[in-house]
Amino acid sequence: MAIDFDKHLGVLPAALKLQSRRTEVIAANLANADTPNYKARDVDFRAALAQAGAPGSTLRLAGTDARHLGTAGGTAATDDSLKYRTPLAPSLDGNTVDAHLEQASFAENAVRYQSTLTFLNGKFRSLMTAITGQ
Amino acid sequence: MPSFNIFDIAGSGMSAQSVRLNTTASNLANADAVSGDPNSVYRAKHPVFAVAQPGNATPGAVAGASVQVSGIVESNNEPVKRYEPGHPLADAEGYVYAPGVNVVEEMVDMISASRSYQNDVEVMKTARDLMLATLRLGQ
Repeated sequence: MAIDFDKHLGVLPAALKLQSRRTEVIAANLANADTPNYKARDVDFRAALAQAGAPGSTLRLAGTDARHLGTAGGTAATDDSLKYRTPLAPSLDGNTVDAHLEQASFAENAVRYQSTLTFLNGKFRSLMTAITGQ
Repeated sequence: MPSFNIFDIAGSGMSAQSVRLNTTASNLANADAVSGDPNSVYRAKHPVFAVAQPGNATPGAVAGASVQVSGIVESNNEPVKRYEPGHPLADAEGYVYAPGVNVVEEMVDMISASRSYQNDVEVMKTARDLMLATLRLGQ
């Protein structure tokens, strides 16, 4: 019986890619915390991950469309899922970055990324167990 | 794996904030540099930040936009005229001109810049940790 790695890893690779994208977006928000007219953005995680999941009940990444995550086509899908933040207290210079909110999101995203890595590690371990049979 | 872009983005933020710190240091250091001529007196310098978009990208299309210092402007605060006839730099009427540097404003700017710099350092550290963790994946 052949082992389908994609099927075994499930949605995790897509999630990992998305979370790394989100790290980048929030890093940009923090770097531009003092840039006039910069509008803070974030990844709509739920929408992007739903887009990444293949049709059907299994959340498997199928590279059948150029806009799918994880395909070599580029980053169009992730860019579509970028949304502007609703500012709580925009500053007079048109900047909508709330540094504390971004810090919190960044920390949260880092933890989520690490947990995805942990889950992936578990998947690989179980594959190793299946391969070695021990 | 978080892309290497994060290092560019956080690095651009750190570089921009350090320019800001530099101008603040210069403004504070010259806050008392008086002159006998109101036109040659020191003027407070402030950097102008702008989003650095890669050349062909439409605004908003790129996920991670770094920051750049698009220029440094001099403040148009009027120099403060002080009557100090004994000052060696005083003009014919006995006036010296001090820069219109608002020290409180500069201090606040300094704190803001240093906090933003720290944020960028933390971002870089976290991105590095995540990348290292990704490299260890499956081991």
